[in-house]
Amino acid sequence: MKAVSFEYARPATLAEACELLAAYGPDAKLIAGGQSLVPMMAMRLARPAWLIDISRLAELQRVAMPGDLPADRDGVFLVGAGVRQCVIEGDALARAHVPLLARALRWVGHAQTRNRGTIGGSIVHADVSAEIALVACVLDATLELRDTSGLTAVPAREFFLAPMITSIAPEQCLAEIRFPLWSDPGRETVRGCAFDEVSVRHGDFALVSACAQLVVDAGGRCMRAELGVGGVGPVPLALPEIGAHLAGARLDEQTIAAAADTAANMIDPEGDLHASADYRRHLARVLVERVLRAAKEDAMRNLMEKPTA
Amino acid sequence: MSEQLYSISIEVNGERREALVAARLTLVDFLRDSLRLTGTHAGCEHGICGACSVLLDGEPVRSCLMYAVQADGRSLITIEGLALPDGTPGALQDAFCEAHALQCGYCTPGMIIAAHALLEANPAPDEREIREAIGGSLCRCTGYQQIVDAIKLAAGKRTENSA
Repeated sequence: MKAVSFEYARPATLAEACELLAAYGPDAKLIAGGQSLVPMMAMRLARPAWLIDISRLAELQRVAMPGDLPADRDGVFLVGAGVRQCVIEGDALARAHVPLLARALRWVGHAQTRNRGTIGGSIVHADVSAEIALVACVLDATLELRDTSGLTAVPAREFFLAPMITSIAPEQCLAEIRFPLWSDPGRETVRGCAFDEVSVRHGDFALVSACAQLVVDAGGRCMRAELGVGGVGPVPLALPEIGAHLAGARLDEQTIAAAADTAANMIDPEGDLHASADYRRHLARVLVERVLRAAKEDAMRNLMEKPTA
Repeated sequence: MSEQLYSISIEVNGERREALVAARLTLVDFLRDSLRLTGTHAGCEHGICGACSVLLDGEPVRSCLMYAVQADGRSLITIEGLALPDGTPGALQDAFCEAHALQCGYCTPGMIIAAHALLEANPAPDEREIREAIGGSLCRCTGYQQIVDAIKLAAGKRTENSA
């Protein structure tokens, strides 16, 4: 099908885009990569009267790590909402500092869609199985929403309300995502992360996804952990309670299996045409186990490669 | 009320094309209906099948997931642009014929665009990389094996020619 008629504007600045949003309100939609919005418009599930194209706004293209933060505190890695997914996939700074995000991207659609799709666009679209949204929740990212009156910061963990529904107001534009950078874990410890999911075919929407980021010491003891699961509820689910419980524990098979059991018991998935509720719960257990094990192995590999000086 | 039209200027296969388009005209419909470049196929029209893939500033994208107005000022290569200057098929297209990589041919332009982008970035891909590169394109005839073979064949010939 074809989209209904609409009018198109390509503002030159973010401020101008916000003014257009303020003027047209719910009749307008922002478009950047359009990889989720254009199909919705083709199927007439979305019928904006105005499309405001923000894909060329330089203000939304920043990928940066402010260098002036104290070393003993978590820093922040900034990703502009309009940065294309393929850019983060290939960006050395992003791969070094937010490896979980870079790793999640290989599960996002296909090369053809990642060449257009943006980091921010996937977050505001808020599909229940969206990988980037899950990573933002697990890492406890902060979303900077811009409107004509200024910036509002919203934790990713509070942003998602229901499938494809977020707390963003019609006149707001997601401008930047701030991923916390875990402080340098020190000489004897190292970070590791992993992302995994199960889908019918690679590139399809995930039935269930899971990811984890850990700091582990040389003896395999977990110093810090964050993890979460997607596709098992109305919104991406971070599991900070399990992360807190793992901190201080040795990451042996028994601990990992117990954490996965806890995760499976905390969720309340719904069944649908693609997977029953029981199968989703089973996948959550298996995937949490896999990502914890893989994140630990990743950390061990990183430890071997870490300069000893 | 008549529909608002927008002026666009896009370089398509090396040629500057100017047009007035409605905002809702997708890039694939612009290519096929306005420019009569019907080599690019419209399949699912919502970003699943990959048949409409084109190169936008050198990168493969789905032309059904863009409005023509969004491509204003950009540069496109379609399947027609991969032919040799005299209009005969290029080496990759030849390899698809040689390896029997098509039956109905519907997915072929998207497959060749994806394969071309892969070989430009990575002239000697392994099988996993080939499968990943064409993973965004659906073929209902071949079972993909001959397509993978064709891309390997083309990669081998490229390496031979440049050696």
